[in-house]
Amino acid sequence: MRIKALTVRILRQIVRDKRTLGMLIFAPILVLTMLHLVFNGDNYVPKVGLVEIPDAIEKSTDLGDAEITNYDNGTDAEKDLIAQEIDGYLTFSDGKPVIYLEGSDPTKNGETLRWMQSTFVNIQKSPLEELEVNYLHGSSEMGQFDYFGPVLLGFFVFFFVFIIAGVSFIRERTTGTLERLLSTPMRKWEIVSGYVIGFGIVTMIQSTIIAAYTIYVLDMMMEGSFFYLLLIILSLSFTALTLGILISSFANNELQMIQFIPVIVVPQVFFSGLFNLETISNWLSWIGPITPLYYAAEALRDVMVRGFGWNEIYLEIFVLLGFSILFMILNIIALRKYRKI
Amino acid sequence: MNNICVSVKNVTKQFGKHVVLKDINLDILEGEIFGLLGPSGAGKTTLVKELSGLDTPTSGENTVLGQKMPMLNVINRIGYMAQSDALYEDLSAKENLQFFSSLYGLKGIKQQERIREVMKLVDLTDHINKLVFNYSGGMKRRLSLAIALLHEPELLILDEPTVGIDPVLRKKIWDAFYQLNEKGTTIIVTTHVMDEAEKCDRLGLMREGSLIAIGTPTELKQDTHSSSIEEAFLVYGGEVNED
Repeated sequence: MRIKALTVRILRQIVRDKRTLGMLIFAPILVLTMLHLVFNGDNYVPKVGLVEIPDAIEKSTDLGDAEITNYDNGTDAEKDLIAQEIDGYLTFSDGKPVIYLEGSDPTKNGETLRWMQSTFVNIQKSPLEELEVNYLHGSSEMGQFDYFGPVLLGFFVFFFVFIIAGVSFIRERTTGTLERLLSTPMRKWEIVSGYVIGFGIVTMIQSTIIAAYTIYVLDMMMEGSFFYLLLIILSLSFTALTLGILISSFANNELQMIQFIPVIVVPQVFFSGLFNLETISNWLSWIGPITPLYYAAEALRDVMVRGFGWNEIYLEIFVLLGFSILFMILNIIALRKYRKI
Repeated sequence: MNNICVSVKNVTKQFGKHVVLKDINLDILEGEIFGLLGPSGAGKTTLVKELSGLDTPTSGENTVLGQKMPMLNVINRIGYMAQSDALYEDLSAKENLQFFSSLYGLKGIKQQERIREVMKLVDLTDHINKLVFNYSGGMKRRLSLAIALLHEPELLILDEPTVGIDPVLRKKIWDAFYQLNEKGTTIIVTTHVMDEAEKCDRLGLMREGSLIAIGTPTELKQDTHSSSIEEAFLVYGGEVNED
């Protein structure tokens, strides 16, 4: 009864605040769309210089997929390399192929090298047969966005729920309405539960829309079931919600809440698998397993990329729910500051 | 009529080394309007917060309606109005009232009835569907009072209910208090306005965390041979006066 009243009130407030509602739904959609365009754009066409390539080789190779410039000597090629007219050039010294790269942009380096290697396979000493590649998960079509996507989806849900729940709880404190709530017979766990349910409903709608958009409009890879995806996102948003409310008790105003973003939210991105976790220095790697996003990202990737089901993700979901329960208990303890019983 | 409604026994409150309440002893009787008078920082708010269950004493104990505070079922019988208005400005007055009345377990027709009654009492019936954001300061104050009255509390605790309110409106609010008082509601009201103090049945004068005198306005004036409460306050408080 009291929880329901609080839930209804929160929903009314959110529906009335059109801008926040817009931010919850359209901001993630906008950012995900931009990322989609950035990561899934056309492949880079390397600009390659060839210096005194033997005719035999030049005729026998396919020089497509790159902008080719021919040079008569290495000095001209080097000049163009300095002027960034070309990304790299291939020359022969003592009969061996040597590659020079401009080198300041890793993406260009990679693309240039890859092009040279695949084009000049036959001038290497032991030309390999073309290898047949089989994918356990994913495919050769899988873009970077498909790999980052699940993490980003989780991140945006986490980010926006964290901020909105935290800020609205701060408002409750600074306007004195929290004190007023506690001067009624409402119990502390009822307040926390009302918040969780109210915002839970909002995030359920929000994440359905965002997930459906990324999968069906942006065409993100989706091998598993949409239901499991929602289940993971919902568990994650409970965590974000309870953590947001908890953190808000350490902030005195909205601005101080925003200050927690670089401390609490952003670091999670680095440990959630956006970057390879095995390359993180040992003295930092313990951070990953204590951040909620780490588990959510893993579970989301299991469902979206690997097509796994309940047996592979239940552990992560329980960990997320465990986080939520822990934060809820801490919230109830934090509320003791306002009323002992 | 003379049962004890609120009993404060040897109550001291400390925040760190700062002593906010010093050994307060006080009995408030059922059906009276009791005023706590004193300058800001005297400890009035801390004391009424303890009586409404929002704070606990460092030592000593508060008994309200026969039970030691804080106690949830007693909180249910108290109406508390804080110094700040504590309203949801993005909701309408009606939605605020619906929300708070549900917290007290009022629903359906009973809820609608009570909402109508309290809004009539504070003279806001015509503005019930407006967003609180569009309310004036005085209207917010009265809505806040209306919310405290929703569940027909036996004890009403009001922290500076008329601060920043013009005399006409203040009279209206006091008329509402008298109406409730006639029906038997005990009212505790804090104030630092001396002329408001005259309207109470009994007064407690507070200064720097101590209760320096208790009595009816007339008694307090007679005791000190003063013509006003303000003078009486100065006599009880010694020569030092600060506000």
